[in-house]
Amino acid sequence: MKYLRKNDFIMIGFAVVLFAVLQGLIAGRILSSFWQLNLLIVGINVIMAVSLNLINGYTGQFSLGHAGFMAVGAYVGVVLTTNFHLPFLAALVAGAVAAGILGFLIGIPTLRLRGDYLAIATLGLGEIIRIVIMNIDYVGGAAGFKGIPHHTTFAWVFFLMLFALFFIKNFVNSNQGRACLAIRENEIAAESMGVNTTKYKIMAFTIGAAFAGVAGVLFAHSFYLISPNSFTFMQSFNYLIMVVMGGLGSITGSIAGAFVVTFISAALASWPEFRMIIYALALILMMFYRPQGLFGYMEVTNMRIFRKIFKKGGRADG
Amino acid sequence: MAKELLKATDVSEVFGGLKAVSDFNFHINKGELVGLIGPNGAGKTTAFNLITGVYQPTTGEIQFDGKSIVGLKPYQITQRGIARTFQNIRLFSELTVLENVKIAFHFHVKYGLLESVFRMGRYFKEEEKIEEEALKLLKIFHLEDKAGELAKNLPYGAQRRLEIARALAAKPKLLLLDEPAAGMNPQETKELMEMISWIRKEFGLTILLIEHDMSLVMGICERIYVLEYGMIIAQGTPDVIKNDPEVIRAYLGGEA
Repeated sequence: MKYLRKNDFIMIGFAVVLFAVLQGLIAGRILSSFWQLNLLIVGINVIMAVSLNLINGYTGQFSLGHAGFMAVGAYVGVVLTTNFHLPFLAALVAGAVAAGILGFLIGIPTLRLRGDYLAIATLGLGEIIRIVIMNIDYVGGAAGFKGIPHHTTFAWVFFLMLFALFFIKNFVNSNQGRACLAIRENEIAAESMGVNTTKYKIMAFTIGAAFAGVAGVLFAHSFYLISPNSFTFMQSFNYLIMVVMGGLGSITGSIAGAFVVTFISAALASWPEFRMIIYALALILMMFYRPQGLFGYMEVTNMRIFRKIFKKGGRADG
Repeated sequence: MAKELLKATDVSEVFGGLKAVSDFNFHINKGELVGLIGPNGAGKTTAFNLITGVYQPTTGEIQFDGKSIVGLKPYQITQRGIARTFQNIRLFSELTVLENVKIAFHFHVKYGLLESVFRMGRYFKEEEKIEEEALKLLKIFHLEDKAGELAKNLPYGAQRRLEIARALAAKPKLLLLDEPAAGMNPQETKELMEMISWIRKEFGLTILLIEHDMSLVMGICERIYVLEYGMIIAQGTPDVIKNDPEVIRAYLGGEA
């Protein structure tokens, strides 16, 4: 078991170096502000993708309403920082808690559904959240919420992303995470092995929603204005694409998926009409040649080229 | 020794107009190895599903260890001490052999959510313990060298053995085996028989098994119940069952 601790230290070391390099690029004004913003978005998308992966990939509950939880976090966060002048950290915690509670409450009835039905229900819920926000005048309604302080820095995004990655990696590699994997693999067998399937489905859903809330707070504080239109179901779909592209059930995959999708859409920002076509093509090609996603169930820690660095990596210890 | 571990009284299960099991009365004493046989569609698996909480009995009462288990969810029944295998193998096929067994330790693990996400406290100690125990179980079933393989890549016989290993990891008092020898050749069946007798002694188990392979049933069961059309038509020791005219009629047919 000691190798697990060692792998964690290698990962953290690598992350610190990566952070130093990127932070240096930003501080030295080598990156244009366009790419700086995209760097933030990548980090936020990684949090979104990996938390959605916990629900969809590891627990096998097909959820399509992830942008809704992000919206809850975003709006709770901006109200606290803009109207109540609370510190950013308080907004982050409140955003996570609010989205988590909502996820918990929504999870109880919807997680009784399976497969397509759950997908439709969560899709609807995401839209309901958005439309409810649109009709609350206190937060600006459809026009959006203006005057948000610019709190989100690269350091916040990077270290919260790291926190989310480690949190979910450790969760998946624990007794609770194994229960989630068992539910994905065979619910009846999981139940007959003594796993309270309802409890763990709701647990995964709540954790996923809470991290989406965190991502929402970070996202909102990167801009001057947010509107309900930032959280449409197309956005939920985008996160799903990242997860599927990277590989359902792979944290490394979610990171890669978030990177690829964010950079493709940034690179194609000047040709918005081609963006969806290229997305669609990429996904179709993917289904043909690599239906399990870029990484499948693979993680960096158990890939052959990295064997020398990581000792005997466990599942998802990446 | 003669204490009743499991007792079903007047249990019936009705699916629409079909009486899958009716007036089902039976008991298993602590330490016994009991067989449940009968032609296809007689209601054997339904009986298993009633005991394990997958179905709720329409009427009747099931007691385990002196307490009623009617109305409990399957996972609660497992936590009380009943584990099972499935007729159509239900492994966690995309997970490794070792993980399959580890999952069954689920409710015996003593660390909470915070300890697992921050890897504090009992996390490492408990995980090490589980891994050790899981490997021990795999060794008993000759699967230790396959520990890292995905369950779906195991040959059929090994998958059946893995199911039993996984059920044992839940540390049950009563083990229900649903056709453990299905699809095995005579040699494998013989080995399985020996294994079942051995684990029963080693773990102090009580076992109820459904089986079509008569050599296995007659060879190891101490008592046998025969089901037909959802009703128990005979019970007794293997010798009594072999010569029971009702049983012979049910299996071979005969003038009604």
